[in-house]
Amino acid sequence: MSTWRCLIRIAAPKETHEGERRIALSPEGAKKLRDKGFEIWIERGAGEAAHYADALYEEAGAKLVSREEAFGAEVVLKVRPPSEAEARLLAERALLVSHLYPDRNPTLVPILVERRVTSLALERVPRVTRAQKMDVLSSMGNLLGYRAVIEASTAFQGFFGAQVTAAGSSRPARVLVIGAGVAGLAAIGAARGLGAEVRAFDTRAAAREQVESLGASFLEVDLKEAGEGQGGYAKVMSKEFIEAEMKLFREQAAEVDVIITTALVPGTKAPVLVPKDVVACLKPGSVIVDLAAEQGGNCELTQPGKAIVHEGVTILGYTDLPSRMAGTSSRLFSMNLVHLVNELCGGPQNDATRFSIDLDNDVVRPALVTHEGAELPPAPKKEPSPQAPAKTETQAEAQKPATKSEPPRADASTTGRSRPPPPLDAKPAQQNVTAPPTTPWTTTLVGTLIVAGLFVLGRFAPADFLQHFTVFILACFVGWQVIWSVTPALHTPLMSVTNAISGIIVIGGMLQISGALDLASGLGAAAVLFAAINVAGGFFVTQRMLRMFRRQ
Amino acid sequence: MASQGIITVAYLVAGVLFIRSLGGLSKQETAGGGNLSGMLGMGLAVIVTLVRWLSDDSGALAVPGASGLGLLGGAIVVGATVGSVLAQRVEMTGMPELVAILHSFVGLAAVLVGVSSYLSPHAHSTDDAERIVHLVELWVGVAVGAITFTGSVIAWGKLRGSISGRPLLLPARHALNAVVALSIVGLCVPFLSAPSVAEAGSFGPGMIYLLVMTALAALLGVHLVMAIGGADMPVVVSLLNSYSGWAAASAGFVLSNDLLIVTGALVGASGTILSIIMCRAMNRSIWNVVFGGFGTEGGTPATATAGAPAGEVLELSVAEVAAKLKEARSVIIVPGYGMAVARAQGAVNDLAKKLKKLNVEVRFAIHPVAGRLPGHMNVLLAEAGVPYDTVHEMDEINKDFPRTDVVLVIGANDIVNPGALDDKTSPIYGMPVLEVWKARLVVVLKRGKGAGYAGIENPLFFHEETRMLYGDAKKSMDALAAAM
Repeated sequence: MSTWRCLIRIAAPKETHEGERRIALSPEGAKKLRDKGFEIWIERGAGEAAHYADALYEEAGAKLVSREEAFGAEVVLKVRPPSEAEARLLAERALLVSHLYPDRNPTLVPILVERRVTSLALERVPRVTRAQKMDVLSSMGNLLGYRAVIEASTAFQGFFGAQVTAAGSSRPARVLVIGAGVAGLAAIGAARGLGAEVRAFDTRAAAREQVESLGASFLEVDLKEAGEGQGGYAKVMSKEFIEAEMKLFREQAAEVDVIITTALVPGTKAPVLVPKDVVACLKPGSVIVDLAAEQGGNCELTQPGKAIVHEGVTILGYTDLPSRMAGTSSRLFSMNLVHLVNELCGGPQNDATRFSIDLDNDVVRPALVTHEGAELPPAPKKEPSPQAPAKTETQAEAQKPATKSEPPRADASTTGRSRPPPPLDAKPAQQNVTAPPTTPWTTTLVGTLIVAGLFVLGRFAPADFLQHFTVFILACFVGWQVIWSVTPALHTPLMSVTNAISGIIVIGGMLQISGALDLASGLGAAAVLFAAINVAGGFFVTQRMLRMFRRQ
Repeated sequence: MASQGIITVAYLVAGVLFIRSLGGLSKQETAGGGNLSGMLGMGLAVIVTLVRWLSDDSGALAVPGASGLGLLGGAIVVGATVGSVLAQRVEMTGMPELVAILHSFVGLAAVLVGVSSYLSPHAHSTDDAERIVHLVELWVGVAVGAITFTGSVIAWGKLRGSISGRPLLLPARHALNAVVALSIVGLCVPFLSAPSVAEAGSFGPGMIYLLVMTALAALLGVHLVMAIGGADMPVVVSLLNSYSGWAAASAGFVLSNDLLIVTGALVGASGTILSIIMCRAMNRSIWNVVFGGFGTEGGTPATATAGAPAGEVLELSVAEVAAKLKEARSVIIVPGYGMAVARAQGAVNDLAKKLKKLNVEVRFAIHPVAGRLPGHMNVLLAEAGVPYDTVHEMDEINKDFPRTDVVLVIGANDIVNPGALDDKTSPIYGMPVLEVWKARLVVVLKRGKGAGYAGIENPLFFHEETRMLYGDAKKSMDALAAAM
């Protein structure tokens, strides 16, 4: 555990990756961090592409600096992994917070080690509930899914929603979303919002509920195999499964107008889910949006960064979708980073003086790539699959931490189980949340005893009593049935009505009054008096209350 | 004129009307009609009984005596007048007290009917089995009536605040209860073998036994309710509601009157169900509520506060809260007993109306045990003019908190305590609560910095997204409404 004693500067340099328009810290985020006691440095013009003018940062209390100064700060926040030249600008022992993808940027890590830089890879922040507010993959995935639909609707030359005009009507566009992770679910929501008919596919059964809660239909292959892997990612599926999956995609391609693929596996090449022959099944004019373009693409024909037309099918392989909403995405990204800095301070209530790298922190440690001049080994994994436990809320999409990944096909040689398809809706363990049943034998025992008691009663009690007793028991059951249907909002009126009708004891009192003015009559009259208070009071107050209940 | 057959049919119709009356309460739309059928049924029952009373055995009109008629008429007129005045005058915040005192009247009437019936010579049959059954019925009826009577009076006192809400926990209270209960049962034996009133006069040994037992039962009623804390009052009132039903039913047995039996059974079932609902809402058994005394076994409330949650309590000013409300798109208001105490329901409705004008969605979330009576909060909000379709039950609305911008908690504490879900050491662990902390911002209106009725620290107040607004709920709400 190391602590920075002096004033800590947090800097956000301008992104240099081609087409990248985001900035890691928004003016709002800058202000929040400044209020905690950090000094904020922003490279001049760094926010311009996201429409955050330098003046806004100055207003938020940040200092505008040169590129070299920005990279020389104690803490550097970035969106894209730094170039080698940029990495060399980092101060010794500085903290770099950014996407890093060490597997794809093998030359970067040695430089960071050499400069003794502590680097925190945003894509490695564990996907546990506590870390969700720091999870840029979730916030960016959400944005990606939305933007994918918007881009698709621009390229698609038809309505998304059903239209009825005087000249005739047109059916809604059909959208297939492959992978129901954060991006996939956002895409489903956006496409549904535009009025499209949406279907979605995912290998994990837990995704069904979330897909259906958004109003899309959930597709399944004719083969049952659980797709839940570790950490909410899908696992590698068997060969049979992938064949069945391709068959399903071919059938679907003949019907749908838009396919959105969201199968991203951080660090490795994206699995090919839409090969040439599936593209061939699409009607001319259809659109494919490939959200995995940067990692090679889910579609065989995708050209990263470009929009191409293949036999009438438009294939969008844009890699800059978040930058197409640079202002919004920067703001979300910046919010994630502010939460992360809070975590490094030991909680949002602490200020900058508590800022430190805590190697025991279960959110920070797994995300660290280099520290104190060494490359850190991966943290021991202990995260559970976030989808596995039964979720009762239907609107769980906002809480879903995992980006979706489809089976990497390269390694599809696992156990070739080809079980006969069990009933398709073999639901996940979801309905086990009913009340614990009362042990049947105690109920039976009590019931038997009661019945036995009744028979003993029947043997000795006079007939008159038994007749009243029958009425009593049946009335109890009627009451039991009727009262359960009373809405809880009317429980107070229920009590006052029962107050009133239990005043029926008034007739008991009446029957006790005889002609003579004896003690029995007096007691009876007193009973009538009190019971009458009940009757009148109960009914009138109920009437008063019920008149108050009115609709909007 | 009123043969036994006619009377039986009239009682049957009245019974059906009572069932319809309770059934009508299942929805707000039919509730008013339900209440009317109740009145109709009662009117029919009273008139038929009156006609019967005015007839001799052959059915001809025969007034038993002017003094009896005067007694009867006087009792009905005075009772009905007192009842009507009470009903018109009572404030909606005072509903729990009214309900409690009305329970006590049923209990008292049951005692009076029982004792009076013991005095009536025609009640004593010659057949031995019949006589024993009758006397046991009478014994049970008077006992239940007496417990209901004194129990309800104590509950009334506690609800009014004239008796302390703290549970009175005598050292050997369980043993005391057991001894009194056993004596009530035991005294029945000499009572059954005592000579009848006809033989021994009004104050023979039988009557003495009956009165001693009544006193014991009354004592039991006092002691049982004294031992129950203020926060458990909804359960106690529901339980007494069911007792009042059972008391009426046993009076029906004494008098061989089926209508009384049916009505008593309906009311008894109703009170039982309400008690069950309340207990479920607190995740406790009836046994625990009545005999437990809150948090007294094992850890007392004082030790429960030992593990006070970390973090700091942050405050907001009225202006800041108003700004947050204006920015919000959806707001949920959670009222608690504190709203009733401060009589803030009108101010709450003003605020809700103003927010609605600003296109903010405003809803209300009601916990089943909020307030001192089942459904109490609903009545208060209805009184203030809040439309009932914006008022939601806990189960309906709990899933919506994560999508809510601001939650206003007004004078509620234990029903929004997250410790009930995740803190195994909390005395209310396992109680279902309103999960307000999932919202983006929770503003808790609170009079002072004390703990809730259960005396438990509330981790909600230390939650990252929670802000406090201290002060009288009504004044705060008025200020917020003015700031809109």
